[in-house]
Amino acid sequence: MDIVLQIMLTMDMSIRLSVVLLLACLAGLFSERAGVVDIGLEGKMLIAAFFAAAAAYHSESAWLGILAGCAASVTFSMIHAVASITYRGNQLISGVAVNFLASGLTVVIGNAWYKKGGQTPTLSGDGRFYDITLPFADYFQTFPMPGPIYSELISGHKAVVYIAYAAVPLAWWVLYRTRFGLRLRAVGENPASVDTAGISVVKIRYQALIIAGILCGIAGAYLSTAQAAGFGKEMTAGRGFIALAALIFAKWRPWQAMGACLLFGFLEAISNLYPNINVFGLFTIPVQFTQALPYILTVVILAGFVGKAIPPKAVGEPYVKER
Amino acid sequence: MDKMPRWADIFLVPLINLMLAFFVAGLVVLAIGQNPFDMIYFMIKGALGSTSGIGFTLYYATNYMFAGLAVAIAFHARLFNIGGEGQAGIGGIGVTIVLLAFDWPHWTIALPAAIIGGAVFGAAWAAIPAYLQAKRGSHIVVTTIMFNFIAAALLGYLLNGILKSPLSQNAESLGFPPGAHLPTAHEVLAPLGIAFSKSAPLNISFLLALLCAWGLWVLLWRTRLGYDIRTFGRNEKAAIYAGISPVRVTVIAMLISGALAGMLAINVVMGEQERLIAGFVEGAGFVGIAVALMGRSHPFGIVLAALLFGMLTQGGFELLWEMPAISKEMVLVIQALIILFTGALDNMVREPLEQLFTRIRKAQS
Amino acid sequence: MSGENTAGRPETVAPAIELVGISKAFGPVQANKDISISVARGTVHGIIGENGAGKSTLMSILYGFYKADAGEIFIAGQKTDIPDSQAAIAAGIGMVFQHFKLIDNFSVLENVVLGAEDGPMLKGSLAKARKTLTSLAQEYELDVDPDALIQDLSVGHQQRVEILKALYRQADILILDEPTGVLTPAEADHLFRILRNLKAEGKTIILITHKLREIMDITDTVSVMRRGEMMSTVNTADTSPEDLAERMVGRKVLLSVQKKPATVGDTILEIDNLRVVDDAGVERVKGISLTVRAGEILGIAGVSGNGQSELLSVLGGYMNATGSITINGQSIDLTGKHSNGQSRRARGIAHVPEDRQSEGLVMDFMAWENTALGYQRDPAYQKNRLLMDNAAIRADTEAKMARFDVRPPHPHLHAKNFSGGNQQKIVLAREIERNPDLLLVGQPTRGVDIGAIEFIHQQIVELRDQGKAILLVSVELEEIMSLADRIAVMFDGHIMGERDPAKTNERDLGLLMAGVNDQQGAD
Repeated sequence: MDIVLQIMLTMDMSIRLSVVLLLACLAGLFSERAGVVDIGLEGKMLIAAFFAAAAAYHSESAWLGILAGCAASVTFSMIHAVASITYRGNQLISGVAVNFLASGLTVVIGNAWYKKGGQTPTLSGDGRFYDITLPFADYFQTFPMPGPIYSELISGHKAVVYIAYAAVPLAWWVLYRTRFGLRLRAVGENPASVDTAGISVVKIRYQALIIAGILCGIAGAYLSTAQAAGFGKEMTAGRGFIALAALIFAKWRPWQAMGACLLFGFLEAISNLYPNINVFGLFTIPVQFTQALPYILTVVILAGFVGKAIPPKAVGEPYVKER
Repeated sequence: MDKMPRWADIFLVPLINLMLAFFVAGLVVLAIGQNPFDMIYFMIKGALGSTSGIGFTLYYATNYMFAGLAVAIAFHARLFNIGGEGQAGIGGIGVTIVLLAFDWPHWTIALPAAIIGGAVFGAAWAAIPAYLQAKRGSHIVVTTIMFNFIAAALLGYLLNGILKSPLSQNAESLGFPPGAHLPTAHEVLAPLGIAFSKSAPLNISFLLALLCAWGLWVLLWRTRLGYDIRTFGRNEKAAIYAGISPVRVTVIAMLISGALAGMLAINVVMGEQERLIAGFVEGAGFVGIAVALMGRSHPFGIVLAALLFGMLTQGGFELLWEMPAISKEMVLVIQALIILFTGALDNMVREPLEQLFTRIRKAQS
Repeated sequence: MSGENTAGRPETVAPAIELVGISKAFGPVQANKDISISVARGTVHGIIGENGAGKSTLMSILYGFYKADAGEIFIAGQKTDIPDSQAAIAAGIGMVFQHFKLIDNFSVLENVVLGAEDGPMLKGSLAKARKTLTSLAQEYELDVDPDALIQDLSVGHQQRVEILKALYRQADILILDEPTGVLTPAEADHLFRILRNLKAEGKTIILITHKLREIMDITDTVSVMRRGEMMSTVNTADTSPEDLAERMVGRKVLLSVQKKPATVGDTILEIDNLRVVDDAGVERVKGISLTVRAGEILGIAGVSGNGQSELLSVLGGYMNATGSITINGQSIDLTGKHSNGQSRRARGIAHVPEDRQSEGLVMDFMAWENTALGYQRDPAYQKNRLLMDNAAIRADTEAKMARFDVRPPHPHLHAKNFSGGNQQKIVLAREIERNPDLLLVGQPTRGVDIGAIEFIHQQIVELRDQGKAILLVSVELEEIMSLADRIAVMFDGHIMGERDPAKTNERDLGLLMAGVNDQQGAD
């Protein structure tokens, strides 16, 4: 029974830890499906995490925190949009700039406001998100096996967790069942065909980046107001890049993205729960290795050892009208 | 005809980009309730106001030259190496292993060996992403970022394990033997009767960086390998048509890039700290991206840009004393803005200028 | 002919399109100068002109891609402003571009619906489009499977999707830009049947082409453009191909190349049972055998995409193959282990690639740097073991530019700043002056103005007369027929047959290009 509890605990943590990745991955999905490479996911989440924590601290409302986080993240998304869509700049370079800008600004502003070395004050009360117990969770607790799965795994998460997982079918529906989704996917494959059909490529790409901004905003807010109780310097810790790897792993599709993010969440959970794994009493895997495991797995996935991924055809290329 | 004169392309556009970046940075300073002109004053004073300041400025500039050159050679092969940070860190391991292996009699012998150690380790760390990009098509940007994290973990592991000094509580190695000490600016200039700050970490690695810049220029524009790299970077299909192997160029360009990044450790690990300390690169690898963009991937431009960023860094530290409300991460903000304006928003300045020059030309004819 | 077609419609009806005084400049280049044309409803109007004559610019203005600097557009007598493609579509204009604007991994239905959806949800739009497509297919011989993915369709079917897109948007005026460039003669015939059906239904068609035969075949009226100006508009019935060609160029042109009969020597190139599989695993060349002898030009005809490019890539050293190739009796490596552009050049093969902008030149390199492309290891270009001799390359470039009349003759100019013809001359000078045993030439005159075409053809014939072997790949039948000493036709990775240019005609070659192998030889 101890083993079962361990597994439940690990799975529960995997779900919690995959939320940030999943939201960022869906953000990347919208952006890249529209043909814009977004390595600025990291920076957008970071700036969102900061402003969410700051707003939640002052307003004592985690929901206002999310709103502020989204505003900050969308602003950064628009910087990326102006550079890479309007001025047809290099999307990678623009993304790098967004990341550095977030790294710098969060500390500069955080220090100026709170003088805590870049951190925001610790959140408490309504400034944070708390676990929600779904109806009948306690009741099912006493049931045999499927019961605890409901009460332990599915129930008892923060509101954002449910938002993130609801975003997956929503993203699928938008992409494959709506006019906007058709146009968005078209713009990522062949912008010229969208343009000649009389639709503005620029407008659709901007819309995609606004969506990406909102999703990153929620992700960042979750980091600082739900997963932690306040903003800490560089708290995104490369999750934006891991989300990109998950996106490639998922071949730019929503449901597969969820699977990929759960896998990375699981790895992170393992390194959190069992930092020093003892292999059959022979030797101990160092904590640094378990910490680096998500990054190593990312490299392995990118190397295509788990299947070839074909990106949207027009991704990374600024659209220039042919003469 | 080209759309605008060469001088405008090489100097005017970057200059305007730079001014825009500083203008926006000024707005940020205003927004946190500080005076941007005070900031500039204290930064320039801190960077150039004393031989100590100059010594620190040039010391940082040395790091940025190595890092900028590393990014630039990769850029010429159309590769975006964001892994300078990790490659420099691993280069530090190479330098440390070499310098701790023997009781070096004199720095003139230790330096070439340490260069090889740093360069080989840095290159090796770049080789894996390079190979994966060339052979497996994995995105070098994301792989090199991942390798930064992995490098940090590896460095942490080694410095808490086999490389850890038994004499220290911190994650650092043993000190290097005295024979591995590189002459500092103070030691070099004193015999010439020039008084230079004793505390400044500037050392002869600075000259090594300049030499590397010159060497890279020769490599890129005077050798067959450079021709191959530049051809590949500008038109991959034409390179294949010309019999240039993409795999070879990708791997070689990244090896050189990683070697240059690894040599950054010469300046910091061998020249200044004289031991390996975790996290010694301190973001210099990332600054290299801004330096390479600002310097238009040309070694001469990179030297100038590295000097500018050296001033920014040193000036930024000075702010800690003079304007404590501004943290040293302000430099990161400026750096990000420079990347944004010179790298990604280039067309915002370039297109109006091109139109302007076309109109001037029309008016003249 | 035109009288016949407009008969039955009162003369007072306003023309379908009327352009008045259209001008457009790109920087210092005047692409369109005071252009006026008028196209009657229910007719097919041809526009011909050389590359760069301004045809595409004019049509782009009509389709809202560019805004004219001056001039007015009247659609059915109404002055119409066309600021973007949306406005063009609303005005009933549809355009079939030379390079299709389709999304490869979308279905036909999705491509047709894109931009013409009925509401925010897709379901209803798709159902409606499915119905409309069925009726359009019956009406105009435009049948395509609505659920097929574009990438699975033949080029001819893809073009039909483009036409369907326009018709679905209720276009009354259809503009087709070089529609037959990628079609087999049979597919082109089908297209023309569709166009005639459309005309019969009262649609107006504008056909942009440089193929005089098509103009004579299908148009009612024809306009000739030269250097941004509209030279003349005539009834097709009142003109001849020679007359049109002269109007296009502004002087008499030789439509065939002057050349002596070939003096054929030993076999230089021998290809036996060559098979090529591309990266996607598709077999592109399916066991072909060929020989080219010294002093002759072997022309390879065929619609593009039938394995010609892969054949050139294998010979050029950058695609793997099975089978055997010998040069001067010695076999060359086809596995990629010892083969690349360098080793091929060492064996006396020079290569003018099909696409000079994406393969033959580095557009961001200066002319002199491009002269070293592929020959960067030439000892004459080295100062010593380490360094290249840039001064020597520059001097060589200057000499080559003079001999090939490249304008402007500045080695320091970037390749992108030369015109298409001069870019091609830079490539040609680089390759021909290597004095190769075998010259591979792909599409030598694509995007090149007529003046330069003559020069380029002369150079190729001269090389032949020096006793070199030349393998010419071109999709231009006219070019193949006038240059080649022997013609081989490729279709779907096979050689369909070989012909003597003196004893064949376009119809015969066209059948081979369409994959019809009658095994009877030319008539």
